[in-house]
Amino acid sequence: MELANIEILIKKYLKAETSLQEETTLKNYFTGGNVPPHLQEYEYLFQYFVNAKQDTFTQTISLKPKKSSKNSLKWFSVAASILLLISVFIGKQEYEKYQAKKIYAQVSKGLKLLSTNLKKGEEAVANLYVYEDSVKKIIK
Amino acid sequence: MKASDFLNIVLPFKDKVFRLSKRLLVSREEAEDATQELIFKLWKNRDKIAGYKNVEAFAMTMTKNYCYDRLKSKQANNLTLIHSNYKENETALDKKLEFKDSVHQVHQLIENLPAQQKMIIQLRDVEQYEFDEISKMLDMKPTAIRVALSRARKTIREALIKKHNYGVS
Repeated sequence: MELANIEILIKKYLKAETSLQEETTLKNYFTGGNVPPHLQEYEYLFQYFVNAKQDTFTQTISLKPKKSSKNSLKWFSVAASILLLISVFIGKQEYEKYQAKKIYAQVSKGLKLLSTNLKKGEEAVANLYVYEDSVKKIIK
Repeated sequence: MKASDFLNIVLPFKDKVFRLSKRLLVSREEAEDATQELIFKLWKNRDKIAGYKNVEAFAMTMTKNYCYDRLKSKQANNLTLIHSNYKENETALDKKLEFKDSVHQVHQLIENLPAQQKMIIQLRDVEQYEFDEISKMLDMKPTAIRVALSRARKTIREALIKKHNYGVS
């Protein structure tokens, strides 16, 4: 292919007006070596296109739904949220138990205080009785 | 439709599906997953595709839509970030290093194009589809495709010249 023709094709190529056939011509020219320096960039370009087409899908095709890691991640997050819910629930219960215990302790402490004070009062009243008895004896 | 019939339809274009997904999703692993997923989707709809005239074009459209969805989802975004400086391993290893570098540059330059231009370059310059076929696949008018393609080719060429001259001087 003459260089002049190639240059015409290149102009068309940049305007996206080339046919597939013309593009194949360009591809063959630029990947065949002997590219003039001022068209060097096209050598890279077309070589890249040729290379890119050689990339193939090498995995075996499976027609069964595969358990992707994303799926398991989803289930893991579901499990984690359930776990969190349960732990919050149990934690709340435990906290309420603890709170009840605290209140019980406070109330029983108060009652004990009350009972000891009452006892003191009772003793004082008992003394009063003794006093009254002795007064009666004397008056008799 | 039997599995063997289905594979006969799918196998000729599985690499094209894979390459287009790779072009859009960048990482090889993501593209492999996408290809598996797409082929499985086709298999699920095997009764429908039997009626299609052009399964290949249909598959390419599906690939485009699927990859767009993947790109939109957050998970895929993380993946593209991780793989943004992903190296292309398949460039001709036996060639000189400088030449290899320049060819690899093309990969990077296409990487920087907008998604639509990326796809058009992939479908036209790599896979060599006709404009009519591309217009069906991408649901675009052929003239719009030509405009986008021309813009993409010029962008790549200018960037290549710029990098090359910069390297020399």
